[in-house]
Amino acid sequence: MERIPILQMGEFLLVTIQVELSDQVALTLQDDLTERIRTTGARGVLIDISALELVDSFIGRMIANIAGMARILDARTVVVGMQPAVAITLVELGLTLTGVHTALNPDRGMQYLRAALAEEVHGHGRLG
Amino acid sequence: MDASDSRTVKLTTEQDVVSARQAVRQLCQELGFSLVEQTKTVTAASELARNTVTHGGGGEMRLQVVRNGTRRGVRLTFEDRGPGMPDIEKAMSDGWSSGDGLGMGLSGARRLVNEFEIESQPGEGTRVSIARWK
Repeated sequence: MERIPILQMGEFLLVTIQVELSDQVALTLQDDLTERIRTTGARGVLIDISALELVDSFIGRMIANIAGMARILDARTVVVGMQPAVAITLVELGLTLTGVHTALNPDRGMQYLRAALAEEVHGHGRLG
Repeated sequence: MDASDSRTVKLTTEQDVVSARQAVRQLCQELGFSLVEQTKTVTAASELARNTVTHGGGGEMRLQVVRNGTRRGVRLTFEDRGPGMPDIEKAMSDGWSSGDGLGMGLSGARRLVNEFEIESQPGEGTRVSIARWK
């Protein structure tokens, strides 16, 4: 079955969705990603959806689930590169992806993850 | 409208939902829909096709090119012989869900298109017809 590759870069996991997402592939990604967070101890997940031409309620829910599960596993998630047509459609559909942090591109997404992580470390007083 | 303008996609498995999306996108592109119009139509189709597969126990989607004067559009009809919906109004409201969705499927799909009709008989099945004009 089709699987979406998950790359590790330091404390972060990177996912680029390049295929048309069937429900099953989306669910497999959810499982694979949470498992990888556990095994790698990753603190951040960046999901690039710039190639995704459609986000419907199922895919939207999967993205929100991933962010929620990652948070419980002590990792932040940022979704980057959403196409404008997809964003317009999502809002009209009624999905606002509450709780999911988004960024315009991978650069800004990485900036967010690094800043969130630094703030967290600082907030815990480990570096402060 | 002549018969050559109509075709059907069977909706039995979850993979068929992907095929349905691709067929709708192709038709929208042929009609010269803008990217936003395409995306809205394909997203509505995705919601309804998934409903047909998961709640309707499978069925089919019919694609038609429709004309109104010089305007052209697509009409998509989703039909199943599943359990039907006892309360359409409730099913159409935001946040209502019979399954594991977000409850945005039907109500959301309606917002993405220009025309939306639904007929459902408990025990007989459900038919949803949508149209989007260019």
